[in-house]
Amino acid sequence: MQQQIIRETFHLVSKRDDNVCNFLEGGSLIGGSDYKLIYRHYATLYFVFCVDSSESELGILDLIQVFVETLDKCFENVCELDLIFHMDKVHYILQEVVMGGMVLETNMNEIVAQVEVQNRMEKSEGGLSAAPARAVSAVKNMNLPEIPRNINIGDINIKVPSLSPF
Amino acid sequence: MLLSQTQAGHREKQQCAQSTGLISALQRPALLYNLCSVSVTFRLRDDSWYYPASFRRRMPAPIRLRELIRTIRTARTQAEEREMIQKECAAIRSSFREEDNTYRCRNVAKLLYMHMLGYPAHFGQLECLKLIASQKFTDKRIGYLGAMLLLDERQDVHLLMTNCIKNDLNHSTQYVQGLALCTLGCMGSSEMCRDLAGEVEKLLKTSNSYLRKKAALCAVHVIRKVPELMEMFLPATKNLLSEKNHGVLHTSVVLLTEMCERSPDMLAHFRKLVPQLVRILKNLIMSGYSPEHDVSGISDPFLQVRILRLLRILGKSDDDSSEAMNDILAQVATNTETSKNVGNAILYETVLTIMDIKSESGLRVLAINILGRFLLNNDKNIRYVALTSLLKTVQTDHNAVQRHRSTIVDCLKDLDVSIKRRAMELSFALVNGNNIRGMMKELLYFLDSCDPEFKADCASGVFLAAEKYAPSKRWHIDTIMRVLTTAGSYVRDDSVPNLIQLITNSVEMHAYTVQRLYKALLDDISQQPLVQVASWCTGEYGDLLVSGQCEEEEPIQVTEDEVLDVLEGLLVSNLSTPVTRGYALTAIMKLSTRFNSVNRIKKVVSIYGSSIDVELQQRAVEYNALFKKYDHMRPALLERMPIMEKTSTNGPTEIVQTNGESEPSVVEPKHLPPVSQPSNQANDLLDLLGGNDVPVIQTTLPTKPASAGGELLDLLGDLSLSSNSVPPAPSLPVAQPPFLLDGLSSPPLFNDIAAAGIPSMTAYNKNGLKIDFTFERANPNPNIAVITIHASNTTEAEMTDFVFQAAVPKTFQLQLLSPSSNVVPALNQGTVTQVIRVLNPQKQHLRMRIKLTYTHKGSPVQDLAETAALKLHGNQQSI
Repeated sequence: MQQQIIRETFHLVSKRDDNVCNFLEGGSLIGGSDYKLIYRHYATLYFVFCVDSSESELGILDLIQVFVETLDKCFENVCELDLIFHMDKVHYILQEVVMGGMVLETNMNEIVAQVEVQNRMEKSEGGLSAAPARAVSAVKNMNLPEIPRNINIGDINIKVPSLSPF
Repeated sequence: MLLSQTQAGHREKQQCAQSTGLISALQRPALLYNLCSVSVTFRLRDDSWYYPASFRRRMPAPIRLRELIRTIRTARTQAEEREMIQKECAAIRSSFREEDNTYRCRNVAKLLYMHMLGYPAHFGQLECLKLIASQKFTDKRIGYLGAMLLLDERQDVHLLMTNCIKNDLNHSTQYVQGLALCTLGCMGSSEMCRDLAGEVEKLLKTSNSYLRKKAALCAVHVIRKVPELMEMFLPATKNLLSEKNHGVLHTSVVLLTEMCERSPDMLAHFRKLVPQLVRILKNLIMSGYSPEHDVSGISDPFLQVRILRLLRILGKSDDDSSEAMNDILAQVATNTETSKNVGNAILYETVLTIMDIKSESGLRVLAINILGRFLLNNDKNIRYVALTSLLKTVQTDHNAVQRHRSTIVDCLKDLDVSIKRRAMELSFALVNGNNIRGMMKELLYFLDSCDPEFKADCASGVFLAAEKYAPSKRWHIDTIMRVLTTAGSYVRDDSVPNLIQLITNSVEMHAYTVQRLYKALLDDISQQPLVQVASWCTGEYGDLLVSGQCEEEEPIQVTEDEVLDVLEGLLVSNLSTPVTRGYALTAIMKLSTRFNSVNRIKKVVSIYGSSIDVELQQRAVEYNALFKKYDHMRPALLERMPIMEKTSTNGPTEIVQTNGESEPSVVEPKHLPPVSQPSNQANDLLDLLGGNDVPVIQTTLPTKPASAGGELLDLLGDLSLSSNSVPPAPSLPVAQPPFLLDGLSSPPLFNDIAAAGIPSMTAYNKNGLKIDFTFERANPNPNIAVITIHASNTTEAEMTDFVFQAAVPKTFQLQLLSPSSNVVPALNQGTVTQVIRVLNPQKQHLRMRIKLTYTHKGSPVQDLAETAALKLHGNQQSI
């Protein structure tokens, strides 16, 4: 079901032209006519929010921008790979922006600060990927070089537009 | 409300995954080195999975999340990916079994990644719980995330979780508390909410803004799950609006909105907050630049939008509150800078608020003008919201919206489907008697050029508008014909009978119409509805066509043979549907009385007597019988259809007017001839028409043919003479409900035949006067019940001046037809019958009050009575 929604949404959104509006009326799949898909398109990425009539359509567009800019700050020039390899972090950031389907915080600096404090707490404990001492030597083989930041992979770096074109 | 956050997050990431998939060729070279080494190590580890468990204890740690992701991304096919995932899942499962605390969080993180890709990961639910119970923040963080993603409300695990969350809500670290709040606010079941509401309420009063804002949203979730807990949060709301922190303000406004929307008491209570909200809004506009909350030069637009929404709810139908916010709304509307999206977002909310509250008229005009300006905006999003909100206001401020008509019509030409759809809806809402010609021209042009997905809606919109506001009959017919020629295959089924009815009723237009339709038939026979209407008309008015009597247009010269050629062409064409062929054959048959080429028609009809299509064959055989055995009746049967009384096309609100008492539904048969279909009654019918002596065709009401049709049958039988429906018709209603309906009423009619079986009842029995009700539903409208009353008299003296009156509740409509007599004979020597027709659009039980007056043995008698609630069984039809 979840996959079907995602597939359908992607199908709907990706075939839309850039110069059309960013709203799609809800179909039965996403819960009926009270729901809308609101999306923004950044290079090869689509950020899609599904909202009901209790949210302002134009406001959500700004919220997506805030979210993307926050991602950009947290990951320092965010690119798609960041999002894929750190899906847990993306969730944590989203948790500071939206909670239980409602907007929690829109102040970017505040969001970034809170996320960073929590990341530091995690790191002080050794973090998710910290290998404990008893980890065996085989792991050493896998101690691959870190993915360099800002891998140069053509144009798929997300260029987060500054707010001015808005 | 946003889709639950985790799903929303999910969706984004899935899209990342998909879009990266598209460009994987670009990335691979860069990662080549990494990938190779990963796959090597992966293979090494592969083998290790087959080691016995005792070995595994010394086994290397499970691979990291990052490596898993990398490996999965090397998969070239879906099958390969699935295989990798299965292997990894097996490893994770065995690690879980071993109660490995060290790597549990890593394993759950991997599981979440697989879950995002759409693989089942629910076996990790209990592990999430264990992580939540752990002391480490890392564990808790991933555990709560897993709980939000993997658990749904039905899980029993919830009970176990409640305690963990309770502990964490009282934790000393705000971030742990925050995690617990977030999880509760996202997936808390109603039991959880009940158990933890107290903790949430406590946190709502804390001075820590990070927790306070989360507690506010959590409270919203609690109220949604368990509305009766709302009262509990009331004291905590007192100080919420005096908070300085915008995050807390924002979420508090959300909480207040939720409470106001749920309870009128709360709404009244919070109306006193209007001045405070107005002050906050004012500060936001006047404050000037504050780097904290600035979004493209506007101070916290999100908060402004939220407050405007709350004001809308508070000011709705309340004069004082509306008065208190008029000024600030005007200020926002005039002072907001609109070069950017944020400004327009605020302006848009302001407009909506102005339209919803009891605002001053000047303000409303300002609001509509802002929307008008939006319509001209280059940004499609703004145009879209403008159209949406104009659609909302068009009912209340029709004239103001009317002023922007031309701009709205221009939006029909927009490339964007969302905008087009809105513009179409709005355009139909704006059509009225004055602008119908112009608007319709635009809309027909739109119908011509629009995407298929719009055609059906647009066509029915045009039909409705044309019916309501048509300036002339000719215009109406032209318009409908235009729709049929341009979007014929998209119109709804009922439009064919509707158009036929319209044409029949416009007597003076017959020649013109048939000529137009005949021409259309020559051009194109692919649009089935058009072809059906055209064949029907050609059959009906073929004589006018050939004689060339058209006054409105240059008459065309056609011969009888040409017309028959065209109709025969329809019979053999591959494009024709069976229904169309039925129409064509019936048309040819009708022409046998209007044209001289009877022999040719006989031949055609007899050919189809062996058609492979049962329906067509049946028709042909029956028509053939008409040529032979019943030839003397043929001219009468095929006579021109009488003018049909108007039936409502907008639902069952109007009662069908009838021509006479004994023929309550003279309008029915018009659609019958063309549409008969193979039915199980066919045999009965053939018997009737064929060998035996029963003259079905001449049946009048009292004689019932012994077939399944029951009342309907004899009703139609009766009609066939007067309205020259073709003989096969009578049995068809049973199998072909929709066509009985005169087009628009809906299929349920079919079941209504059951209503014929409703037992009769005695409504009144007093002083020797007995009144029985019998029920039938011999009517095309499923909401109409026909009740026949039978009054009989057991006394030895007759009752004279008998008057029966009935009254029904306002939701019903009642029609009393005249009684058979006003004298009830004595000693049960006869009955007085009277027909009552009841329209029951809401399908309620009927209570009827009856009043009886008569003169018995020289003295006047008057009596009142009330019937029990009457309900018709079957298909929930009640009368």
